[in-house]
Amino acid sequence: MEPALKPFIEPQPPPLQSSGLIGWLRANFFSSWFNTFVTLALLWVIYQVGGFAINWGIINANWVGDSAKSCPNIDGACWAFVTERWRLFVYGLYPQELYWRVNVFYLLGALTIIAFIFSFGPATRKLRLTMFIGFPIAAYIFLVGGVFGLEHITPESFGGLLLTLVIATVGIFGSIPLGLILALGRTSDLKVISKVCTYFIEFWRGVPHIAVIVMFVALLPIFIPDGNKIDIVVRAFIAFAAFNSAYMAEVFRGGLQSIPSGQFEASKAIGLSYWKMMGYIILPQAIRNSVPALVNTCISIFKETTIVLLIGFSDFLGIIQLSLEDPKWLGPPHIFSSAYVFAALIYFTFTYGMSKYSLRLENRSNVAQ
Amino acid sequence: MPDEPVIIFDKVNKWFGDFHVLRDIDLEVLRGEKIVICGPSGSGKSTLIRCINRLEEHQKGKIIVDGIELTDDLKNIDSIRSEVGMVFQSFNLFPHISVLENLVIGQHLVRRMPKADAEEVAMTYLERVKIADQADKFPGQLSGGQQQRVAIARSLCMKPRIMLFDEVTSALDPEMVKEVLDVMIDLAREGMTMLVVTHEMGFAREVADRVMFMDEGQIVEENKPGPFFDAPRSDRAKLFLSQILRQ
Repeated sequence: MEPALKPFIEPQPPPLQSSGLIGWLRANFFSSWFNTFVTLALLWVIYQVGGFAINWGIINANWVGDSAKSCPNIDGACWAFVTERWRLFVYGLYPQELYWRVNVFYLLGALTIIAFIFSFGPATRKLRLTMFIGFPIAAYIFLVGGVFGLEHITPESFGGLLLTLVIATVGIFGSIPLGLILALGRTSDLKVISKVCTYFIEFWRGVPHIAVIVMFVALLPIFIPDGNKIDIVVRAFIAFAAFNSAYMAEVFRGGLQSIPSGQFEASKAIGLSYWKMMGYIILPQAIRNSVPALVNTCISIFKETTIVLLIGFSDFLGIIQLSLEDPKWLGPPHIFSSAYVFAALIYFTFTYGMSKYSLRLENRSNVAQ
Repeated sequence: MPDEPVIIFDKVNKWFGDFHVLRDIDLEVLRGEKIVICGPSGSGKSTLIRCINRLEEHQKGKIIVDGIELTDDLKNIDSIRSEVGMVFQSFNLFPHISVLENLVIGQHLVRRMPKADAEEVAMTYLERVKIADQADKFPGQLSGGQQQRVAIARSLCMKPRIMLFDEVTSALDPEMVKEVLDVMIDLAREGMTMLVVTHEMGFAREVADRVMFMDEGQIVEENKPGPFFDAPRSDRAKLFLSQILRQ
């Protein structure tokens, strides 16, 4: 006869360690034979790539010198090209004795970024608004001058990183407010305004950017009698802000559409006027919802600044290309690749920073809801 | 003038495209009256009360609220909206600001009250709906019943003379319905003019002066709550009540 109670179950071995470093490694990297395989394969790839990067970029690199001859080791980067030319890359053709004005611009830019990264208590919002409006104005005063006894410097002498950042500033700081207005216009109940904004947006989105830039720079003088009097750089800025505002407008429209109609109804029901409803209830939520797309657009604006190469401006990438054509630096291809790797690193630093910032904002708004 | 009507509907018609939502609605609401509107979904009851603060526009007929006729004139609309409070099925609190700020924003921006005063008013109303301890939380951190009570307090802060309730308990879990209804019953006892779209028959029996039954855009039947629930006259109301009670 079967016993009524089954015998004791044999003691089981303790479970695999699931906490601590080993447990964490096991859970995340070696949980199955397939995961183990992927982990090992990736480690091998990282070892190979990382090893190459360290050898090429640091150990075998040529750091100083003033011509192609200073970079004899073709198995390493030629950073000498960068270290010798960095002033040109950073300040462009700005007069050397006035570099301090560019430095002020960089400093203000950094302060603006800091204002948007860190929180300063109850004053944060006002501070950010002040910086958002004040920075472009201050940037203009310091860089272009012509007021407050500052010598006038024509924007045509901007170049290098300075030009890239100025164009990006114009693009981002110009297209955000313009885009916001266009988005409000497009979603307006007033048919005329809505149609005008819609066609404006569709026009700028539909025309290739290269065509827009070339049109503004080359054709504008033909259509407008005094077109030639507008500085060529300023014309490029206007074109750049115009087509980017169309993209921004669509970003904000997406944000506006994500707000449930109940928010509009509740605002109206307590008697808020259209502008108060938008300013205090709808836009704060809509803008928060647009952050990922907004930063995405900012990143592409930043990268797209290189479009001005086409009309002969030497932005950061442009000035590196120009320097490569200098007979002093004509030589083996590793100079060439070093220069482009350097450019890529700088662009990446900026765009990666922006994307990190956006992630932070998203996480914070998730917490607040 | 206690018997002067504060809301007058005169042959009001409204269409959504081809759909005729309101057909020749005639209605007079006296000051201090509590009216419960019920009826099957799609019968036009929400649309009817949304016409009162012009969240919906009527196309034919006349609506007069507090002596002001509703037209496209923005000034009229704004002054009526500040007299008429509304509470919604889905609460519609502003999720990006705290509970207290939800109550302050209307007083501050519409009534132009200094923030400190507005906060004081806000706290008294939050206490009335028994939720003062949650003032600094965000709406998303509250339960549905709590959110709905905040929404009622937000409307009351504006000192409205008429309150509209649009199925305010339909989105709530059953155990939260009572806390919201209790607040509404209190309000009714204080003499507020109320138009309530609801299927809460207990509430209707307790506070309503009149019950209106709507179907297909018309007011089919109108009576005191007792007679209406015990002996509905129209077949449609009978059918509707039997379906409600079966739940």
